[in-house]
Amino acid sequence: MSNLLAARLQMAVSLGFHIVFAVAGMAMPLLMAIAERRWLATKDPVWRELAQRWAQGTAILFAVGAVSGTVLSFELGLLWPSFMAFAGPIFGMPFALEGFAFFTEAIFLGVYLYGWDRVSPRAHWWSGVVVAVSGALSGAFVVIANGWMNTPTGFRVVDGRAADIDPIAAMNNPASPSEIVHMLLAAYAALGFAVAAIHAYMLRRDSRNAFHRRALAVALWVGGVAALLQPLSGDWIAKQVARTQPVKFAAMEGHFQTEAGAPIRIGGITDKAARRTRYALEIPYALSVLAHANPHARVTGLEEFPETDWPPVGVVHLAFDLMVGCGVAMAAVTLLGAWMAWRARQLPDARWYLSLLIACGPLGMIAIEAGWTVTEVGRQPWIIHGVMRTADAVSPMPGLWVPFVTVSSLYVFLGFVVVFLLRRHVFASPR
Amino acid sequence: MMPLEHWLAGAILASLTAYVLGAGADFGGGVWDLLAFGPRARAQRTLIAHAIGPIWEANHVWLILVVVLLFVAFPTGFALLMTALHVPLTFMLVGIVLRGSAFTFRSYGRVSDARQEQWGRVFAVASLLTPIALGVCVGTIASGAIRTRDGRLAVGFFETWAAPFPFVVGLLAVALFAFLAAVYLTLETDDPALCDDFRARALASGVVVGLVAFAALALARRDAPGLYSGLAARSGALLFQAATGSCAVGALAAIWQRRFAAARVLAIAQAALVLWGWGWAQWPYLVPPDLTFEASAAPQAVLGLVLAALVAGGLLLVPSLVYLFRVFKAAPHH
Repeated sequence: MSNLLAARLQMAVSLGFHIVFAVAGMAMPLLMAIAERRWLATKDPVWRELAQRWAQGTAILFAVGAVSGTVLSFELGLLWPSFMAFAGPIFGMPFALEGFAFFTEAIFLGVYLYGWDRVSPRAHWWSGVVVAVSGALSGAFVVIANGWMNTPTGFRVVDGRAADIDPIAAMNNPASPSEIVHMLLAAYAALGFAVAAIHAYMLRRDSRNAFHRRALAVALWVGGVAALLQPLSGDWIAKQVARTQPVKFAAMEGHFQTEAGAPIRIGGITDKAARRTRYALEIPYALSVLAHANPHARVTGLEEFPETDWPPVGVVHLAFDLMVGCGVAMAAVTLLGAWMAWRARQLPDARWYLSLLIACGPLGMIAIEAGWTVTEVGRQPWIIHGVMRTADAVSPMPGLWVPFVTVSSLYVFLGFVVVFLLRRHVFASPR
Repeated sequence: MMPLEHWLAGAILASLTAYVLGAGADFGGGVWDLLAFGPRARAQRTLIAHAIGPIWEANHVWLILVVVLLFVAFPTGFALLMTALHVPLTFMLVGIVLRGSAFTFRSYGRVSDARQEQWGRVFAVASLLTPIALGVCVGTIASGAIRTRDGRLAVGFFETWAAPFPFVVGLLAVALFAFLAAVYLTLETDDPALCDDFRARALASGVVVGLVAFAALALARRDAPGLYSGLAARSGALLFQAATGSCAVGALAAIWQRRFAAARVLAIAQAALVLWGWGWAQWPYLVPPDLTFEASAAPQAVLGLVLAALVAGGLLLVPSLVYLFRVFKAAPHH
């Protein structure tokens, strides 16, 4: 295994592991705060029980997120020292701000988890709100840094060094706004659906259980609203990528030849040698609409770029389709549930719909993993798009497969433990 | 007016100090969990868990701040350190991951006692090994073994840290963290027997800190000559040493006399002075003997912005931290 491949795999494993817990850290506090707000308003102890149970799950997920995030902040330097030596001063600012947001989140999560009997109910609820807001801010700041790697701004390159560095201009990079919205909605949708699946499972056994009915209602509201908004943000981010990173966009779509009135290709097999995507389901004109809001617009194909600047097309294209497929399914299931809820004026609790929700539980997380694959693999061979190649950034340390195997086994082990603990924790009804 | 890079070097040292005083003591608590014995072993472990629970994650964030400030303000120094110290840092990270997750798994496991005990053991062992790795990294930097040529690492990935001096500094870190934890814990309980347990531990670990510190100084003469001359020969060095020593002796005397609040202040001062002594002895080098803070600093405009962000963030952070500690540390609890 080459050092570059080992480093890339270690980064992929670390990000792929961390993002699940980071998403929980962003979205779980919102669920907790909603449940506790309902308790304050109604004085119904079921709501308090729900907030507490969700808080306990959050504690486990947040702790693993905090330590795996620490690993990432070191890995930036351990694996990509030349990248950090170059980029640290340019895109470090959002990381510094993220540090403070994360600080706030950790402090008030401590108050929230351990302070039920130590602070007033109102102060306790506000702690939950602060955790939810600072969690979302943490996520936004990290995504700003990633946006800069996709569309670097705020510096010039002079003799291989960065000059005229302007960290504010770097934060104002064109990729950030749509990436932030897309990531936050993804977090709420994925977590809402995952939590909904758990409570749907419990309701299938005990359909009148008030605890699980309320839990499902909150989770469906949060997850459903986000899932319905996500296609709009997806359209926004697609147009942004088409404009600022046409090579990534072409890879996402398996789009080799530049053409006007281009179709969207769903699935298929990308054939690099023949420069075409075979056996794909084609929707005429749709790609031109997606990229430029005009059915006859020309969409730049991969052929316009030297092959050495292509990302791995097959991986990016399939990951993109997987992400979109999951997102469409979640939005459709939400619409269906909303229609049934509106008709019956109650929680959509038909057994078949609960089964459908259980089946949809993992879709959001799968979409997030696939989406980050699109962003990160789609940026290859660059670590900073158009500025620095990933191969030039990797650590000179020999034998990088050793830390890769170490970190991966650690995370596989932790992943099993978390699933085991949460399984015991969540698949239980109070009283 | 002090140059901006000096302010940022100071901010990094301050964050590291906060990390040592907070998270260091949390690791020290894990060490006492590992070493819990006698009729009150279970009560000792429970006290430690209660003391750490609400605050360890906030304490942990100081380390992230150190890392971020390093790469924003001193990017080439950061890249050099992450390359040279790849191996011990990876050990430290594994320890950090296992300590944090095992502690949470134990607290929230809702599983049998036997499994909780296993997680308790993982938490405790990781609490012992992580500070050693951290100390090894600090010791390696201080020893001056990380050499560069044309800005690139000019030494191997093992011989810089796989040496006696870094490991003695690792032991010093463990002893210091355990000492801090024991001193803090005397104030966390109103059970006199438990308080006595940690008083005895504070006295013992305080003596160990002194012994290991002398061993480190003696070794430094040969293995870390730059540090040694900074600590021993610079003007004012004697004063610095005297201040650290008086705090150490004063802390032990206060523990002996059961004046625990005073002991806590003195122990904090002692730990901070040990860190600042290191920083002061290797000033103006970030990675002695080849890389200064100045030479690795980011452009002034960046440093100014980062400082502004630090001030603004601090205005948010300090009241929040005060609130956290007032909620959980105002009165002893069980």
